[in-house]
Amino acid sequence: MKLEATALTKRYGAHAALDGTAFETGAEARVIALLGPSGGGKSTLLRVLGCLLVPEEGHVSLDGRTLPNEEEGALAERRGNGFVFQGYNLFPHLTALQNITLPLREVHGMPAVQAEQRALELLHRLGLEGHENKRPSQLSGGQQQRAAIARALAPKPKLLLLDEPTSALDPVMTGEVLDVIRELAEAGQSIVLATHEISFARQVADWVVFLAAGKVQESSPASQFFTQPQTELAQQYLVGLSKYR
Amino acid sequence: MLLALSAGLYAMFLAVDYRWNWSGVWKYRAQFGLGWLTTLAVSLAAMVVSVGLGFLLMLGARSRLDPVRLLSSGTIEIVRGSPLLVQLLIGYYIIAEALQIREQVVVGVVLLGGFHAAYLAEIFRGAVESIGASQLEAARAVGFDRSQTYRYVVIPQALRRALPGTTGQLVSLLKDSSLLSVIGIEELVQKVKVMNAASYAPLEGYLPLAVAYLILTLPLARLARKLEGRFAYET
Repeated sequence: MKLEATALTKRYGAHAALDGTAFETGAEARVIALLGPSGGGKSTLLRVLGCLLVPEEGHVSLDGRTLPNEEEGALAERRGNGFVFQGYNLFPHLTALQNITLPLREVHGMPAVQAEQRALELLHRLGLEGHENKRPSQLSGGQQQRAAIARALAPKPKLLLLDEPTSALDPVMTGEVLDVIRELAEAGQSIVLATHEISFARQVADWVVFLAAGKVQESSPASQFFTQPQTELAQQYLVGLSKYR
Repeated sequence: MLLALSAGLYAMFLAVDYRWNWSGVWKYRAQFGLGWLTTLAVSLAAMVVSVGLGFLLMLGARSRLDPVRLLSSGTIEIVRGSPLLVQLLIGYYIIAEALQIREQVVVGVVLLGGFHAAYLAEIFRGAVESIGASQLEAARAVGFDRSQTYRYVVIPQALRRALPGTTGQLVSLLKDSSLLSVIGIEELVQKVKVMNAASYAPLEGYLPLAVAYLILTLPLARLARKLEGRFAYET
């Protein structure tokens, strides 16, 4: 897919999380990693790309199609996407299974029996057999994130958007979740991933968008970004992150 | 607990050398029962009104439309800020009279329900607003629109948080139903006053009165605790 953005601005009060930024990816980009320091605008950009937030100014286009900038169009658009956040994704009053079947039935109009089949198939595929009827608080952090990924995948999204899905997890659980994401990437799922897991991004991403201070500093093929970063900010970022790993 | 309380009370009545006269009270038992049923029926109806109206007022107070929001929160503040007694008197003798509504019970149920609706609206609003931004974002992310977000995410979680406050409010409503005697509804307290006056027994009627109220309020509190248990899950 080809993502393109022009003069993108998103403000929270006086703070511009995205500050009139522009970028484009190659036409063949499929797994796009959003990298950059915290507070640089990764999460906001991810939400704008997935139509979870609409920008105040500017436009995003996906394979040449301009994404809607009003709430109604954005709702229709994001129903075709899947999201996973850092934590607290799941609804605490519902079981893992219900977390998946409820949106399938109510948003995507799937019959109950079919929705349950689809949910069970995904939960089993992501290693959650035997945990279907547990509430989120009865699952480990890694299990919660895998259930959240299952929920995001259930309606077969065009685009799976992951916002630092492992930042709240310990190394073992991080491994569990990254395994799942890598399998999805290898199976052909289109993914936008905001992350600090630099070596993971190096393994799975084919395109990197590097942001700092609300602006995209660099947008290049992953192989190029990791070997020859063009901007000084990106060089410093990579050096700083690889210091202890 | 109850036993110790009864024993303590008994000892105090002995200490002040109170002369009991239960025969008068016994004579009026049918009237007492009638009053109890009236209190029960009026309170139950007013509870339904208060929960329904309270929910609407909460939605109004959270509306994005300025006139709706101002009207709702203004109503809540005025109703909460003035005495129920005044609302009953003005509501029945002026407003209902002007509207030609003469059914005391209907007016009583609406006024009592409306008074407690204002409190419940704020209890509900607190519960709804305590649902975190991450839950609202998760609801948007799975594609829920505004009403689906309320129905499937906000209300089920808010319900549990609103439950303890709501129970207390409904118990208050039940006890406040005694004020309905000022608009001529012969509920339990009014019956007891008449009974005490007629039998020259100043206090006797009030003890069964307290018991009669507890018979209503204690199961309510129990039911609420049971419901809380059913909704219990960690967040």
